[in-house]
Amino acid sequence: MITFEDVTKTYPSQLRPALSAVTVDIAEGEFVFLVGASGSGKSTFLRLVLREERPTSGRIHVAGRDLARLSSWKVPALRREMGVVFQDFRLLPNKTVAQNVAFALEVIGKPGHAIRELVPGVLDLVGLQGMSNRRPDELSGGEQQRVAIARAFANRPALLLADEPTGNLDPATSVGIMKLLDRINRTGTTVVMATHDAAIVDSMRKRVVELEGGRVVRDQSRGVYGYTH
Amino acid sequence: MRAQFVLSEVGIGLRRNLTMTVAVIVAVAISVAFLGTALLFRSQVQTMKGFWYDKVEVAVFLCGPGSDATGCATGPVTQQQRDQILAELQAMPEVERVYYESQQEAFEHFSEQFADSGIVENVEPESLPESFRVKLRDPEQFRVIAAHLAGRPGVEQIQDMREVLGRIFRVLNWFTLAAAVVAVVQLVAAMLLIANVIRVAAFSRRRETGIMRLVGASRFYIQLPFLLEGALAGLIGALLAAAGVVALQRFLVEDVLRREFTFVAFVGWDEVWRTIPLMLATGVVLAALASAVTVRKYLRV
Repeated sequence: MITFEDVTKTYPSQLRPALSAVTVDIAEGEFVFLVGASGSGKSTFLRLVLREERPTSGRIHVAGRDLARLSSWKVPALRREMGVVFQDFRLLPNKTVAQNVAFALEVIGKPGHAIRELVPGVLDLVGLQGMSNRRPDELSGGEQQRVAIARAFANRPALLLADEPTGNLDPATSVGIMKLLDRINRTGTTVVMATHDAAIVDSMRKRVVELEGGRVVRDQSRGVYGYTH
Repeated sequence: MRAQFVLSEVGIGLRRNLTMTVAVIVAVAISVAFLGTALLFRSQVQTMKGFWYDKVEVAVFLCGPGSDATGCATGPVTQQQRDQILAELQAMPEVERVYYESQQEAFEHFSEQFADSGIVENVEPESLPESFRVKLRDPEQFRVIAAHLAGRPGVEQIQDMREVLGRIFRVLNWFTLAAAVVAVVQLVAAMLLIANVIRVAAFSRRRETGIMRLVGASRFYIQLPFLLEGALAGLIGALLAAAGVVALQRFLVEDVLRREFTFVAFVGWDEVWRTIPLMLATGVVLAALASAVTVRKYLRV
């Protein structure tokens, strides 16, 4: 699903590369934790997958596409194959839960009848049945993150990227979100989650890729968060 | 679905920024109105030139009872002098045609031209000079005629009517140019204003466009609402300007000028209808262009 071959990314204004010589292969259907301190390169990794950034050198393949050769007008098609979830939810405050999810489908040109079928189903999946007419400010943080996950997953992407999805949530709520991500992963969707929540990583026993100063220092299946914390 | 989504986004955008939208519409209306005025003024000058140049070129005024020019020392022009001058004019290769305008005819033309002004009552046929009206093969050959007839007994004055009219047209051309300059400056200002409005709109909707980017919305969905927003404001402004030009033609040119100044040809509705599409196109295209440049700069896909 995601292949990094010897990828280095140096931002224009910086001397030290944000990622250096990273080689990682993530297969379809995997659940991978990306761990490491702030500034270790986790976000850069995700931005490269999203093609928000291009690598300075090395090759990246995502969902069967060579990102170096992908022309910019095909980027939207690439992004339709993945869903993204952030620490700050990024919901539209003036739209209801259902409208927030529907918006993501409208703007990729899904027809109205398909949207009306998809939205209730995905809200059920994330456990928000009966809340479709609430607005984001009437929801708890965990519920808001569920809306964000519903929006990311509504189009049934093959890949779900999560950038610190539990960063703003208390431990009990985080467990609920992790269960949801695990359930999504079991439907066959590849999940890549950047985090520095050690308890969650330790409890899930999934593959762990640890970055430090832009390099992969550990790639362990069924790993734990690490020894430094 | 697509069209409906884009149009509702356009509506939301225009309403969210209502005051700015009004400013854009007014700016476009003013600039396009100046453009239309400049274009019609140019047509007006062309029309007048065609109308007058066709009628007059060189006037050879003959001595009357009160003339004191050098050629008039012997008193009013005699029949012999008149025949002599006519024969010489007709013999010149530069001359295409010669008309004789008697004092009575001059008076009739004068009365016609100034019919409404009351000045006619103070003028008698005897106070107007008789003249030969000369049409040249090449209007630039005025000097040849002037040199040939200057100081000739019976000739009071030789006037290149193009010269006289030329002065009027130079003034009118300056008006045209001034209107055009104002139009261009205003259009640039309107475009900058539009660019700014679109920038603000893009900023105020950055949350939406950010999500659109992430879920893989195409350029069509992300940028088109902003382009249409600019183009629509441009179109409304241009329509207002067109309405203004139509009103100007209807109430100033047709109702007042054409009736007051019967001896002058004015631009007709033909020219107005030909100018309006140009005005609308300018308003829409420049507004869309300003939006497009801004959108490309501030809205990455």
